[in-house]
Amino acid sequence: MPTMKQIIDFEVTECAQMGPNYALLRLRPTRGDMPGIEPGQFVQVEVPNSKTTYLRRPISVNYADRHELWLLVRRAGDGTNALCNLNEGARLNIMLPLGHGFSTDVRGRALLVGGGVGVAPLRMLGRRLLAQGVEVEFLLGARTSADVLQLDLFRQTAETHVATEDGSWGHKGLVTEHPILQEPWDHIACCGPMPMMRAVAAIARERGIDCEVSLENVMACGLGACLCCVEDTADKGNVCVCQEGPVFNIKRLKW
Amino acid sequence: MCLKNPVMTASGTYGFGEEYADLVDLSRLGGIVVKGTTLEPRQGNPYPRMVETPSGMINAVGLQNKGVDYLVEHIYPRIKDLDTALVVNVSGRTVEDYATVCERLRPLDKIAAVEINISCPNVKQGGMSWGTTTAGCESVVSACRRAWDRTMIVKLTPNVTDITEIARAAEAAGADSVSLVNTFLGMAIDVERRRPYLSTITGGLSGAAIRPIAVRMVWQVAQAVKVPVIGLGGIMNGRDAVEFLLAGATAVQIGTANFIDPQVTVKAIDFISNYMERHGIERISDIRMV
Repeated sequence: MPTMKQIIDFEVTECAQMGPNYALLRLRPTRGDMPGIEPGQFVQVEVPNSKTTYLRRPISVNYADRHELWLLVRRAGDGTNALCNLNEGARLNIMLPLGHGFSTDVRGRALLVGGGVGVAPLRMLGRRLLAQGVEVEFLLGARTSADVLQLDLFRQTAETHVATEDGSWGHKGLVTEHPILQEPWDHIACCGPMPMMRAVAAIARERGIDCEVSLENVMACGLGACLCCVEDTADKGNVCVCQEGPVFNIKRLKW
Repeated sequence: MCLKNPVMTASGTYGFGEEYADLVDLSRLGGIVVKGTTLEPRQGNPYPRMVETPSGMINAVGLQNKGVDYLVEHIYPRIKDLDTALVVNVSGRTVEDYATVCERLRPLDKIAAVEINISCPNVKQGGMSWGTTTAGCESVVSACRRAWDRTMIVKLTPNVTDITEIARAAEAAGADSVSLVNTFLGMAIDVERRRPYLSTITGGLSGAAIRPIAVRMVWQVAQAVKVPVIGLGGIMNGRDAVEFLLAGATAVQIGTANFIDPQVTVKAIDFISNYMERHGIERISDIRMV
């Protein structure tokens, strides 16, 4: 049985700026415990203090335990800006847990590939896979070293490779050009900008590696009701990313 | 059809109710209008289908649904025992499509009503084109009247010169009620990419932004027809629901607001009870402007 969806009020315990473009929100429920959250699931956040924001914002879960929820947020527009500008003590109304996360039925060697803020769900996944005896490594891609997020946490978890487009950290170039991708992997999990996910999926497909990607189609309800966030799948046509995803095996995708 | 309270959910925003079951006690709702159903399965329009706009959103879903036979066989058995009025929103390309869908729904005795959708702005054939002329409205509504013997609501588009004319045509053709408004045709352009946001270029605008126009149209239609009017368009809370009742609606539907607060319907129901108590009003029909 999947965990019941809930709407819970949270209090911001810390809003840590991570350079000019990102913030890490640490939240705790104002009462009761957090529901269980699987790696790759997301939440829908009501945005306070933004006149131009009407809908909730879907945000991937960065970390969760019984008492705490972390959201890693990129300043992409007015809504996410307002979230990144919250002060300690602010209240946030959040619907969770939503969608289906990454498959944890993985064996052998797994490479977890993240781009920009797309690294958010990967450490949770990595920890889960490591606990199951999977050999895990991370590959993080970013434009510059300033966009490499939570590097220390990743390094504490497993071996971590970095590629930056300007070469300011790690391998110079795109993640898809990093030599680590050429090693024999049994599974790749990927979350990041669409061009990156498409390129990683193409490599996985060519080499016959099982691969999952996390989509971020524009969403309204987050519950599978409005049918706005659809992805055209090979097996079932248009399906809701919020409900059947956000994580899809590339076998189901038409790209 | 008799509702336990005047708050229903609007078609296309509430799936089949099940999607909200974790978050809402569905038996508290006056009614659920399920997703628009057509004769044949439809894939809907290509992504992207939605863009957020000031106090609203534009959608171009395009009636994605699995067809009436799937509804009858797979969905109806799951939702038939929900303790709320079930209404199926019916759409089609041709008059025959509409009537056939009604006929196939007819044996399902837990369906309290159909809502004939002559107002969907997001399909190339049928949909809204039936609701923009009195003749089109009359032909669909009278065909459905012959095919359906229980309550028939006709959902009207606001994208017309005079909505009261269409409402009167629906009433004359046998509608038991009219619901309004469906979405307003809208468009939004990504100025950096210099392209429309939606795959279909235009779509249907909903949300708080449209409420004052919807209230005005409900007020006009309530004076033009004798059948009960169901008001909708940008209701965000109980206060907004009462505004529609004051404008002459007998019941309301809440749509887009469910995306922001899935519990808005239940909160609106509680607000209305409290409002009636505060104002010494005993019956919903006595909620009127003074």
